[in-house]
Formats: sequence, structure tokens, C-alpha cells
Amino acid sequence: MALLEVRDVTKKFGELVANDRVSFTVDAGTIVGLIGPNGAGKTTLFNCVSGLYPVTAGRIFFDGAEVTGLPSYRIARMGAVRTFQVVRPLKDMTVFDNVLVGAFLHGAGGAQAREAAESCIELCGLAEYADKSAGGLPIGGKKRLELARALATRPKLLMLDEVMAGLTSTEVKAALELIRHIREKGITLLIVEHVMEAIMPIADKVVVLDGGIKIAEGPPDRIIDDERVISAYLGAKFSRRLQAKREERTNA
Amino acid sequence: MVTPMHHGALKRKDLFWLALVALMALVPAVSAITANSFLMHVLILILLFASMAQAWNIIGGYGGQTSFGHSVFFGIGAYGAGMAVVTYGLSPWPGIGVGMLAAATVAVLISYPCFKLSGHYFAIATFAVVEIFNRMFLVWYWVGGALGLDYPMVEEGFKNLMWYDSKTGYYYCALVLFVLIFGIVRFLEGHRFGYYLRAVREGQETAESLGVNSTAVKLTAMALSAALAGLCGAFFVQYNLRVDPGMVMSLDMSMKFVLVTILGGAGTLAGPLLGAAVLIPLQEYTRALWGGLGGGVDLIVFGVLIIVIVVKQPAGISGIVRDIAKRFRRPADAKGGTSVGTA
Repeated sequence: MALLEVRDVTKKFGELVANDRVSFTVDAGTIVGLIGPNGAGKTTLFNCVSGLYPVTAGRIFFDGAEVTGLPSYRIARMGAVRTFQVVRPLKDMTVFDNVLVGAFLHGAGGAQAREAAESCIELCGLAEYADKSAGGLPIGGKKRLELARALATRPKLLMLDEVMAGLTSTEVKAALELIRHIREKGITLLIVEHVMEAIMPIADKVVVLDGGIKIAEGPPDRIIDDERVISAYLGAKFSRRLQAKREERTNA
Repeated sequence: MVTPMHHGALKRKDLFWLALVALMALVPAVSAITANSFLMHVLILILLFASMAQAWNIIGGYGGQTSFGHSVFFGIGAYGAGMAVVTYGLSPWPGIGVGMLAAATVAVLISYPCFKLSGHYFAIATFAVVEIFNRMFLVWYWVGGALGLDYPMVEEGFKNLMWYDSKTGYYYCALVLFVLIFGIVRFLEGHRFGYYLRAVREGQETAESLGVNSTAVKLTAMALSAALAGLCGAFFVQYNLRVDPGMVMSLDMSMKFVLVTILGGAGTLAGPLLGAAVLIPLQEYTRALWGGLGGGVDLIVFGVLIIVIVVKQPAGISGIVRDIAKRFRRPADAKGGTSVGTA
């Protein structure tokens, strides 16, 4: 059975339909990429799954239980934890204390939580900043802090919202390495990503949204060739041109 | 290597606090101090206001919810003890318990809807609550109405929490109050609840995304803060031997909870003590010297001081102390790399 199942989820803001009957599943132990152009409704869908927004219609199941309409802290306690695209450090607390807040979810005893926080900080390469105030981190550090903090809660499903956006290519490589490492620890990942090149090599499955509608779902190599995905990303004109080129090639 | 601060463990700072408490416990041994009744009065008020500010600090500083309603909880605690003694002829102790419980209950009932408001709106709503309780107690016959409650003469001692000749008994009570409330906050600082409270202040949605039930955390903090404010109120009425609505449930009193903490440094353990140690002597001495000029001289001094401090250092006196400490440490660190080593 899938770890996460999104079933016909619709989210409207007034008359604006941000997500229109979106359905997909995330199997345990896999990495699923959620991609789409700007304004496709990726983050909205994320907010629905993590309980930040109530859904307008549809149902969401996690780990065998329905989580539709539950407040976000309850969903987090069940093991589905997210990061934010626009980083949200707890500014006046140190980097260590930020991660410790996450670690307290499954380690009310101080020593155990502190150990977990330390190892997550180490893993995300934040050791040198541990005692610094989180508000003063550079952007790359803040992105890693989001990751470390979520990881410290020991989630079953980790939902990453564009953790790689705005990073340098070296930083992206390091982040991908980290994500692979997280999967090896048995954590399932749902990753919203704008940068296609970043997600394609690591994802087991990719879900593509455009204009709030799911236009494709499948393994990355199949998604790359999908007509609708290409036109969503590159526009109809480029799509036709690509089509023409392909036909030329096959004719030749 | 990660070398994080372990708030839970006993640190050098705690030894400083223990030494300070020991020193304060020895104050009544100095006859020159106990002989000066006004000085004892000022010391007692410093301990009381530091305790009040620390109680407020739980929800206002660590929790970031600026409450102007704390005089209500303070007043309920005061009336709890006062009614036990005056109305029912008991010792104040059962009244203190009931008062603290009532303060916490009222706090939860009024905060639950108010916490749905954020930022300034929460503060404004708590303003209104003070006015409501003030009016209600003024016309409520059972609690003594506008006349208030005047203490009868009873036997002095810890059983009745009352002393007539010397202020030493009150001083020790205030010290116990201080140690209790500061101890509770110090404990919270190092434990999960304290971290959750600060996390909610820094970002409610972020905290929730990490599994923190922010409503429960804020309500618990508010209940604890109100109960302790009520305890302070009970001490106040035992010291004052009189209570009426204007004395305890007023915006004036609410402002003092807020101002002492903010002036000292909100969200820090030392802030409430620093704020009280500066403001209370100022308040009492200006009152003694210029009280004849009419009411409110102390508030004018408060106001000017707040403006100066907040402009110079928004983190309050504890921020100023930190800056000074840094300035002293820096040159020591520069050469200390080889010789001193540990900082």
C-alpha cells in the first residue's frame, strides 16, 4: 500500500482553482518528484498535504489513515514533515536550537533529542554554525537548516519544497547527495522542484502539474518524452518545433 | 565538532544565580538594612516586581504574546487571599490556591478566543479585558465592591502570612516567591516546553510543521503565567493588608508587568530582575521625593527611561549588559587563545 495517497484533491481560492482533482500516490521507500512550471499549484498541493490549507474537495491518506482536514501538527506527528520553499528559520534561536525543536518530536527526554539534533546538523553540514543565530545564516545555510530541522523529527515521509532553488551548482550536487543518503536511511521523499535537471536523476517517479491539473505521472525517462510536459515547460511553439525536428530525424 | 549550549545542564550562569540568592538570603542579617524600613520596603518590592515580570515573561517574553491583561490575574490572586482572610476568616493559604487556580482558568477562557487574534490585536483585546474586570469587581458585592477588603488584625507569622513589627518575614516570603518563579522559568528554558514556546514565538506555522500544537503551548504558558501572577497578587495583598479593584486590576498595574520585563529584556531569565532592580527604586524614591507634586511622577520617569532604553538597545538592560560583557571579553579572547583557552 502507498505511504501517501492523494485522491481527487481540489483547492480553490475564491474562484481560482489552484489544484483541480489531483490524484497520485507515493510508495514507501521511493523518491517522488512533483514538478511543473511556475504557478502550476505545486506548493498549494504541498500545503494541502501537510495540513496548512484545508482542501476544498478530495481526500488525503497517509500511512493507512485519512489525514484530510487534520491540523498540520497532527500530520507532522504521524510522520509526514515538510520544509518551506520560502525559508523560515526561527530567527532569534540558534541553529542548534532550531533543529532541537524538530528533534523534540520523538525525544522528549533532552539528551536523546540533543543527540538527534547534533547528528542532523552534522549530516546537513551545519556544524560550524551550530551556535550561531539562525537569522544570520546565508541562504544556502538556511535551506540546509530547513532540511536538518525536518529530518530531526525522524519523519517517515519528508516533503521538500524547492530545497535546491537558488543554490549554486556545487550546492545542488551536495544537496542531491544528501537526498540520496536520506533515502538510504529508509525515509520516503516527496520533492517539489522547479529545476528539472535536479530531480530527474534521483526520482523514481515524477508527477507533473500544470495549471493545477496533473498532466503526467511516471518514471523520469518517460516523462521527459511526454508531449504535454514538453509543451507545458517550453511552450506550444517550441513543442511544435521539437516535434518537427523529431519527424525530420525519423524521415531521414 | 558540534559544541552546542546545553540549556538543561547546570552552567556557570546558574552558579551565579545561586550565589545571588544566597547573598539575598543574608541581607536581613545586616542590621543596618533591617533598621531602615524604607530600604526593606524597596527590596521587597524589587523581589515582588521581578517575580511579577518573570511570570509575565513566560507568555509575553518567551511566548511573544504581549498581554496587557496580567493585572486581572494579579488581582484575582489578590482577591483569593484577601477574601479567605477578610470574608471567610481563614488563613490566606487556601485562598492563594483557589486564587491561582481561578487566575489560570480565567486566563485560559479569555486567551482562547484572543489567541485567534495576532500581533497588536491580541494586545488590544487584553486591554479591554482589564477594563471589564475592573468594572465588574467595582460593582460586585461579594468581593467587596468599590470599598475593597480591609484586613483585620490577626496573629502574625507564616500561618497567616502577616507581620507587623518587622519586614523580615515579608522579605523572606518575597525571596521564596522570587526563587520559585525564576526557578520555574529556568527549568522551562532548558526543556522541551520552553523550546516549543520560543519556536511558536518565532514562527507559529513553522512550529506546527514540526509537530508543535501551538494553541496548546500558548494556552499552557498563559495558564502558568496567570497562576504565578496570581501568586504574586496574593503576596501583594498580604503585604498591603488591603485590596480594592483600582489597586490591582488596572491598566497601570498591567503596564508595570510589561514595562519592567521589556526594560530589563523580554525573553531572558535575567531581564525581569534587571528591570525591577532599576525601575522599582526609581519609582519608590521619586514617589517619596516628589510624590507631593501629584500622582504619576513615577510613571513619567518610567516613560522617559523606556524611551531611552528602547532607542539605545531594544533588547533592554540585559542587551546592554551583554554588549558590555562582549566588549570586555574580546580583548581577553584575543590573547586568551594560548593561555586562558576556555571562555
